[in-house]
Amino acid sequence: MGSIYRTIDPRALRSRVSGASALPGSARRDIALALLAVWLIGLSYGAIAVASGFPLWFPAAQSFLVLAGASEFLFIGIVATGGNPIAAALAGLLVNARHLPYGLALPDVLGSGWRRILGAHVMNDESVVFALAQDDPPAKRAAFWACGLGVLICWPGGAIPGALIGTAVRDTSALGLDAMFPAVILALIVPALRDRPTRRTALAGAAIALAATPWLPPGLPVLLALSALLSLISKRPSWWPTRKRPAR
Amino acid sequence: MADSQAARPVKDTTLLIAGMGTLSVGTLAFRLCGPLLRERLTFPPWAEKLLETAAVILLAALVATTALTQGHAFVGPSRPAGVLVGGILAWRKAPFLVVVLAAAATTAVLRLLGVP
Repeated sequence: MGSIYRTIDPRALRSRVSGASALPGSARRDIALALLAVWLIGLSYGAIAVASGFPLWFPAAQSFLVLAGASEFLFIGIVATGGNPIAAALAGLLVNARHLPYGLALPDVLGSGWRRILGAHVMNDESVVFALAQDDPPAKRAAFWACGLGVLICWPGGAIPGALIGTAVRDTSALGLDAMFPAVILALIVPALRDRPTRRTALAGAAIALAATPWLPPGLPVLLALSALLSLISKRPSWWPTRKRPAR
Repeated sequence: MADSQAARPVKDTTLLIAGMGTLSVGTLAFRLCGPLLRERLTFPPWAEKLLETAAVILLAALVATTALTQGHAFVGPSRPAGVLVGGILAWRKAPFLVVVLAAAATTAVLRLLGVP
């Protein structure tokens, strides 16, 4: 991960680098591999965008400014089939609404001032899931920043050559790259899923999202999955606050 | 490159930039909302646990929808089969690299065999 830090302004990130020592080697390896997957998906994103008729600069600029793959693929898909770009942006925003609860779920990893804005910008599925997977706050912070900044480099870093290569890597589905994103996220939530109530709730949420997918616009089914929390609360998990009987 | 000239979906570059601007500014607003709210509120431990579970639910739903569906319909068996192989390996504590590569390889091999 050191190389990623060095490519960013080293002075500004010194505190983050010291935090990186809090990260176990296995976590660093996993982050590097997730970033490789992001880079490969970025390649296919750039290629698909240009193949759909977008100018070269578009996937380059959008990958850097939006930095949320699913919504960018959706935007490209809607506009390429004749949709209005503003409508495509609103559909993309629906997909990205999950970043609000992500920000609530994260422990304080961002810092303040410009770091908070940069940190918010690099808050994505991968950086959130790696932060959640760590045990103590310094490791969470280190994992979040390493993965978040890595995505900031690797996503546009894949999209730009992908756009340049254009149609050459059009058939990414033959390589099974589309299975990588769900596999990366699944591998990362498996430790949390070993807890039985969490697993049941997550499976219920996934089932709700799947059942809603044929009828709702993209993005909404994933948000609807949160309704599974109600079933969890109704079962009164051990950590749920119990009303204490007033002591006499 | 040649066919990118032939099939340009948007002639109006201004509208394209407006769309990209809306998506990027709106997304950053979503991303900033959470941390800003957290600064103003302190959550008891049960609420922290609830929010963390919420994030896991969102991610699980994201896995399910991206693994099984494309648009509004079932994607075909090869992608979910790859993700399932990855999931089983992850559950058995296989290294992350093995999980991700096995998922992609399973899907690729199934497609090579003609499975959609």
